[in-house]
Order: sequence, then C-alpha cells, then structure tokens
Amino acid sequence: MPAISRDEVAHLARLARLAVTEEELDTFASQLGVILESVAKVGEVAAGDIPPTSHAVPLTNVFRADEVRPGLTQREALAAAPAVEENRFRVPRILGEEQ
Amino acid sequence: MSNPVSDEITRSTAAELAERIHRREVSAVEVTQAHLDRIAGVDPEINAFLHVDGTGALAAAEAVDAALASGEAPASPLAGVPLALKDILTTKGVPTTCGSRMLEGWLPPYDATVTRRLREAGVVVLGKTNMDEFAMGSSTENSAYGVTRNPWDRDRIPGGSGGGSSASLAAFEAPLAIGTDTGGSIRQPGAVTGTVGVKPTYGGVSRYGLVAFSSSLDQAGPCARTVLDAALLHEVIGGHDPLDSTSIDAPVPPVVAAARQGASGDLTGVRVGVVTQFAGEGYQPGVLRSFDAAVQLLAELGAEIVEVSCPHFDYAMGAYYLIAPSECSSNLARFDAMRYGLRVGDDGARLSAEEVMSLTREAGFGPEVKRRIMIGTHALSSGYYDAYYGQAQKVRTLIARDFAAAYEKVDVLVSPTTPTTAFRIGERVDDPLAMYLADLCTIPANLAGNAAMSVPSGLSDEDGLPVGLQVMAPAQADDRMYRVSAAFEVARDAAQGGPLIHRVPDLAVTA
Repeated sequence: MPAISRDEVAHLARLARLAVTEEELDTFASQLGVILESVAKVGEVAAGDIPPTSHAVPLTNVFRADEVRPGLTQREALAAAPAVEENRFRVPRILGEEQ
Repeated sequence: MSNPVSDEITRSTAAELAERIHRREVSAVEVTQAHLDRIAGVDPEINAFLHVDGTGALAAAEAVDAALASGEAPASPLAGVPLALKDILTTKGVPTTCGSRMLEGWLPPYDATVTRRLREAGVVVLGKTNMDEFAMGSSTENSAYGVTRNPWDRDRIPGGSGGGSSASLAAFEAPLAIGTDTGGSIRQPGAVTGTVGVKPTYGGVSRYGLVAFSSSLDQAGPCARTVLDAALLHEVIGGHDPLDSTSIDAPVPPVVAAARQGASGDLTGVRVGVVTQFAGEGYQPGVLRSFDAAVQLLAELGAEIVEVSCPHFDYAMGAYYLIAPSECSSNLARFDAMRYGLRVGDDGARLSAEEVMSLTREAGFGPEVKRRIMIGTHALSSGYYDAYYGQAQKVRTLIARDFAAAYEKVDVLVSPTTPTTAFRIGERVDDPLAMYLADLCTIPANLAGNAAMSVPSGLSDEDGLPVGLQVMAPAQADDRMYRVSAAFEVARDAAQGGPLIHRVPDLAVTA
C-alpha cells in the first residue's frame, strides 16, 4: 500500500470538513502514511470467505413501545446553540449566490 | 495542610466508607468535604479534574445523610461515597467537554444513564475528569486542557484516555471513578497508576449519554483502588437500558459475589490461559517479570495454568486502527457548529454553513482527532473500503474466533495490561504509532466485545512503576474475572507486604 500524498490528504480534509493549514498538510501526509502502512498489515490475513463482523453483539430490530415520552423543551434544545433567532437555530447561509 | 482525619477518610476504600456512612459513624458530607479538600490540595499538581462540582457534591451528600437520618435504608451499597466522572458522560447542567475545545462551556440538557444511575444510587459525583480529546489517546496529553500527571511520578503520563479518572484514584482524590474503554482507555490508565480498571462486556453498561467515539467498541466501566469496590460500582451502573438499543437485556453478572468469593483466595479448578502472543519484542522486561510472578501466584492459589495461542491477535492493532477511526469519522460528523458547541468564522453574511463548519472543526479538534477522522474517511472511501474497512471487519471475526477457541480450554485469559510502564510526558506525543502500541494487549477484548479488567500486579523492578495484570473473560462472564482478580489481589498484598496503592509517593499538599 503506497504512502499517502499531500493532495490526497487535502482531499480527505475537504471530505471531512476540516479547513487544515498548509503546514498541517505536510505533517498529516507523513503521519497518515506511516499509520496506513502499519494498519495495512490486516491485508496479510487470508480472509477471503470469512464473514465480516460490524458489531460484537449480534442484534437485529430492537423495538420499544411506541409511547409518547417527554423530550427537551424548545428552550432546552436551543440553550446551547451558537446562534438563535426567533426561537430557532440560526445558521450561516446554506446556498451559494448562483443557487 | 495535611489533616489526619481527612487523610484517613481519603485513604479508605469505597466499601469501608459506605459501611461507616450507613452506620452513621461518619456523614456523607464529611466524606465528601474531605475529598473536596484533598482535590483542592493536590489537584493543582495532578490536574485530574476539569471541573469540580463542590456545591452539587455537597448537596448530594446532604441528601444521603438526610435519608439515613430519617431511617431510610441506603439507596445502594455505595450511597454517600464520592466518585470522579470521566468528562465524556453527560451531566445535566454541569460542563461536559470530552477534553475538547469543541465542547468548551457546553452544559448538557440531560444526564447520561450512567450519571442518572449514580445519582439514584446516592453516589456523590465530585466532578469531571480529564481525558484525551474524545477519548482518542493513551496518555491524556491529547486533552485541550493540559496533561494530567501520574501520582507515582509526575513527569510521567497517567495513561489514557481516562488518565484523569485513574490519577484521581491514585492521588486519593476519589475512591471511585468512571471511565470508558474503546481500545483500553480504562485498563491501560489503571495499569500505569496501580489501580483497578474494568471494561465490562460490551453492552453491559448503557452508552446513552456517553459521547460516541467508536460505537461498536465504546464501553463505560468502573475504576477503583480495589477489586471489590469496582464490583460494587459495576452493579450500580450496569444493566439493561431501553435508551441504548445495544445494551444487553439480561441481568448483570454477579460480580460482587464473585469478588467476595475470590477474596477467600482459592482458585482451585479455575483454568487460566496465558496468551503466548503477548510477549517478546516491545515488552519491557520488568513488566514481563511482574507478569510471570503474577501467573506464579495464580498457580499457587490453585489455578491451572495453560498456554493458549491466539494467532490473529497479531492483527488486532491494524484492525482496531481502521475500525475505530472509521466509526469516529462518522460519529464526529455531528460536530457541525450548528446546534451546539463551538462555531468559528460566522460573519452573518459572506461565509457559508459549510465553510463555517470546516473552520470550526479545524479550530475545535486537536491533531489526534483530525488524524483519526481522516484515516477513517480514507478507510471508508470507495476504492479503499474492501482493502481497509472490509478486511478489518473480517479480521475482527477471526479475533472473536480465537477468543472462542481459547475459552473452550480455559475460564479466563491473562496477559500484561500494557507492554510498558508509564512513559514520560512528551515522549510519544509526535509519534502516533508509538502511542498506539500502549493498547497492544487491550484491543482484542474490545474487538470481540468480551469482558476484561486490569488489576495491579506490582511494581516493575527496573523503574519502580506500577504494572497491570489483565484478566479477560467471555462476554457476560464478567464475574469470572472478578473472582480471579480478587483472589490475586489478596495473594499479591500478602506477598508484597500490603496494598500496592499505599506505596504511592506522598504528594505535597498546597494549603
């Protein structure tokens, strides 16, 4: 498995919504390369027909009674919001100018 | 200023304190105040706590005293006993930061189930303990709020991610603590601070209100200075919770009874497996010598010692550092700067939500969290998925099979908890892989969802620092490891001339 390039790290940072600095790109490229090389060791295991495990406890369809329960009030839900307007979360613009 | 009465309180075990509080020989308020005083005296040096809730703690203690005074039975065997809570479990109206700038100043609107059960049991929550940011790390150096120091040697790390919880126990700031263990974050800090740390069976303790890092691995559990205290706390926090769909709908294994049975010191008929993979290169000789002596003690207690091979454990690190970051990259997507937590760069006009999100995540997350988010994003991306995440999940199956095969031959497995004693602050901070090695022995139990705990085995002969013995058991057989650990604890104290924790150097107390 090849080490990871600076451009690939920049791509990952964009996907992960991390506005990393130029300096971080260099550091992360070298560190992620070392980590990925090490974890690639899992590829040495012959596991062709082995079923994958996503979870240690095999559970399916855990149901509970469909009953009304008290939840947070609007005030409680908004209490930690970075910005509030008219009892709602205020967020930065979500559309571009051409949209 | 040292005070003999409060020293005597803070050096007691939780079981001793509970008994005296319930007999009304000492009040819960006195016990709580003694611990608050101790925190005020030593925590400037240790930095185990991110937030001390003195008012809330004393109010909770008063409520316990009032209930006892009116003739009520104690709400639980630990009613009135103080506890340090890892800052990853939500506490209604009390700061919960996860060691991150992202949640600085956040006051959760609800209690975690663990928090609620502690309150209902009359356990007094003293405050919130320091940790690696979002539980990612093995040294507590990844906290945004400064490193916690190991009471055994303040130039060394207290382990991580739950270094604050374990350091608070070793510094006698609290007799009980809660940790969370995704790859070893309860057990490894326990090992390097000479305290007991338990990762219950996955699903044994509710994850509701535990800020998620890697949901298929995260598990809250008890930390204490004795095996019995850990068992008492385990029964308070454990059990099914309808609010966590992955919590096990079955009774908590009888861990307190097992700890009491073990304390009789007889392990006749118990089969103990020594995992051959956990030795060799990278292991400190003093750790291995302490481990060998521990196995010898178990044999003297009547246990049958069997060597067991778990060949796929060699791939556990690789599988873990693909699976955990993958789940982390997904879980931490919730920190989007919109509903709670930090928001950076919102000028109210020009910058878009997406740009604000990216600037906030850049400013709010530390380097290790960013690394793991990017590794996870990479491992899950198309073209790499099969080779990385898919393959790691298959290796996870093989590790679970290794465990299952081993448990056909033995009742419990043992190993050193961590390959070395506490390393120096700063030593591994720029070398992520070296840091990851601290969890070499603890990761397999997380991947398989089994139970595992660390109990101090002694001090390494080369550096005088604590070493942990890891005892592992099958899922839902947590009681087995408590029995073995409690028996070992008694034999260890007899062989070593008293409780190991009493050999922590005295800390200078600031008046």
